Amino acid sequence: MKKVKESSRHMPSEHGLLSQTFRIHQLQKLGVNLDKWDYVVALAGNPNTGKSTVFNSLTGLRQHTGNWPGKTVNRAEGAFSYKDNRYKIVDLPGTYSLLSTSEDEEIARNFILFGQPDVTLIVADATRLERNLNLTLQILEITPNAVLCLNLMDEAKRKGIKINEKALQQRLGIPVITTTARYGDGMEALLYAIEQVATDAWPTQQRFKITVPEKLEESIHALESDLKELYPDLPNTRWIALRLLEGDERVVDALKNDEFSGLMNSFQQPPLDLNAELDVLNTNEASS
Amino acid sequence: MNQEARIEDVLEKAHRFKSEIGQSVHDQYVERLFQEAASISKESVTKTPIRYLKDEKIDRILTSKLWGFPTMIGLFTLVIWLTIEGANVPSSMLATFFLDWLYPILKEGTDAWPWWLSGLLIDGMYLATAWVISVMLPPMAIFFPMFTLLEDLGYLPRVAFNLDGLFKKAGAHGKQALSMMMGFGCNAAGVISTRIIDSPRERLIAIITNNFSLCNGRWPTIIILSSLFVGALAPAWFAGFATALSVVAIALLGVALTFLASWMLSKSVLKGEASAFSLELPPYRPPKIMQTLYTSIIDRTIFVLWRAIIFALPAGAAIWLSSNIMVGDISVAEYIINSLDPIGWVIGLNGVILLAYIVAIPANEIIIPTILMLTVLTTGMTGVGSGAGVMFEPEDMSTLSNVLQAGGWTLLTAISVMLFSLMHNPCSTTIYTIYKETKSVKWTVMATLLPYGFGITILIVLAAVWRAFA
Repeated sequence: MKKVKESSRHMPSEHGLLSQTFRIHQLQKLGVNLDKWDYVVALAGNPNTGKSTVFNSLTGLRQHTGNWPGKTVNRAEGAFSYKDNRYKIVDLPGTYSLLSTSEDEEIARNFILFGQPDVTLIVADATRLERNLNLTLQILEITPNAVLCLNLMDEAKRKGIKINEKALQQRLGIPVITTTARYGDGMEALLYAIEQVATDAWPTQQRFKITVPEKLEESIHALESDLKELYPDLPNTRWIALRLLEGDERVVDALKNDEFSGLMNSFQQPPLDLNAELDVLNTNEASS
Repeated sequence: MNQEARIEDVLEKAHRFKSEIGQSVHDQYVERLFQEAASISKESVTKTPIRYLKDEKIDRILTSKLWGFPTMIGLFTLVIWLTIEGANVPSSMLATFFLDWLYPILKEGTDAWPWWLSGLLIDGMYLATAWVISVMLPPMAIFFPMFTLLEDLGYLPRVAFNLDGLFKKAGAHGKQALSMMMGFGCNAAGVISTRIIDSPRERLIAIITNNFSLCNGRWPTIIILSSLFVGALAPAWFAGFATALSVVAIALLGVALTFLASWMLSKSVLKGEASAFSLELPPYRPPKIMQTLYTSIIDRTIFVLWRAIIFALPAGAAIWLSSNIMVGDISVAEYIINSLDPIGWVIGLNGVILLAYIVAIPANEIIIPTILMLTVLTTGMTGVGSGAGVMFEPEDMSTLSNVLQAGGWTLLTAISVMLFSLMHNPCSTTIYTIYKETKSVKWTVMATLLPYGFGITILIVLAAVWRAFA
């Protein structure tokens, strides 16, 4: 764990000559070259926020980016290296929340919860921040290791929207980076932020918590301690406790079938065969 | 306590807490979540209202009750018309290269080989592949980039918006409009994209009816037959346009069948109410032309072409073999065609076409080349091919139509083939995808056979009425 100096939290300017021409020299796009990686980055966000565009500009892959919600329903994976580290990046389906029961939300939430990515990169539409924050907050309840990428800044500017990213960063406790991924703007700063979170250089914050009524909070607390006893390695017991209290059928079923230990295992060892890993995920979905 | 009992205990506890809290936990949580998001966003966002009206103005036309459908049909007609007009010249250039120039060279080069080996490799596999490339590549290389451009601009969600109301009336989910649009590219992709639909009932409807979206593999078949038979009826200056209109008519029939089939399913085996959802219209984004060209060429054109070639190679070999292996005094292919002929007649087709559809189950892309090859074989035409099972050299479109006319084709046959293309089983890739997505043999069989229900009924009626009047 590196000691963090105040200055290292300062993001490099995105107006530098380098990023304007989008030739970030420390970035090496590795495409689907997924042999080894030091960190896993999960790419999450609402539909049609430019997630696939961010994915492509990081990996050099050209996954088709369509201008419509719901284009990416499968998981896509790619890799890049930045400075001394290699990253595997997993593009999750775009979803508005992690609460409902459609298959795409299931894929996204399973990966963030059980895949335990080192960094969850949340791509948000800067012109619709409030709605995008709904998903962001849900993710932050699961993991504090996240970066918020405020994308589509050109459209926000066009619409007269200004965002105080410093205030947002303060409030959420994670790096907030503004980008226009279509033109490569802000990608250098984004990479830097990803590195900070991945290498634990970003000071760890308390996990974001949504304050709930007292009665509910007590119940969550009681269930949490039971869950921790059952599965000492489970990354986020609070979130699961809340789902159980909500009566989320998929989570109840997963617990009943003792799937949590199974899912943990399938993700903890670095998978040798990515397709096999995907199959595990699919089978789990199908059987739940 | 063992693991199972402890889990049971946790679940029981959760249940008890839940009823103690009384008010819905989900609502409490979501309410707080929304409050929190709203307060954070209020703190950090300042908005200087700029009335940005261009998008709204465009949308007022593109999604209006009055103009929505006409502009939609107009745009697709334009795209297909450009495809037809643009594909002719490169198509004949490719045919000249692969068939007139390269084929004789290959034939000469393999002169010393045993006749069956050069027959199988050159007359079967090479010609089948050459055919697929010269017929399929030009229309695809023009059609796919234009379609992708419409997609990148943000036009497809507007189409979905226009169709949303109709889907609801049919008892299906509005998002089915999106999976249907995906199906116009590839049905297997369309089936996967139904994952965006939450309700299993509505998702099944979307999966089963996706095959009515004309896919990559079938567009060229429809385009070629339309220009040969429908376009030829019109005066020269109007031919391209008439062709485009008939192609659009087939595609629209597919859309109509999607609604009809969805409605029938939601009233019978998949009963239920349509769930509400809000479809968001994304802003129009200027497409990045070069990237669009790249992705549509690589992801679509090359992908489809590669698939066609992979299936054309064994199909070419199979056709050559079946027309050179004899049972008694006729070949295997002729034997099958003769026995399929009576069935074909009833639905306006013939044995050749039915056999071609069996050969083409793995890939609809090779229908036309297969039909042509088999037709030459059965009619024993000379001058267009050099023997049984050889894919001949069509110097231009008129040779192609001569071949089909020699095979007994009429306007009825052409229209029937176009309709049958729309209404038969999905390709094997799609069938496999349907099974993977539904995990159910029952629904897979249903999705495979349902199109035939419509196809055979419509074709029988069409053939009977046509013959009564013609």
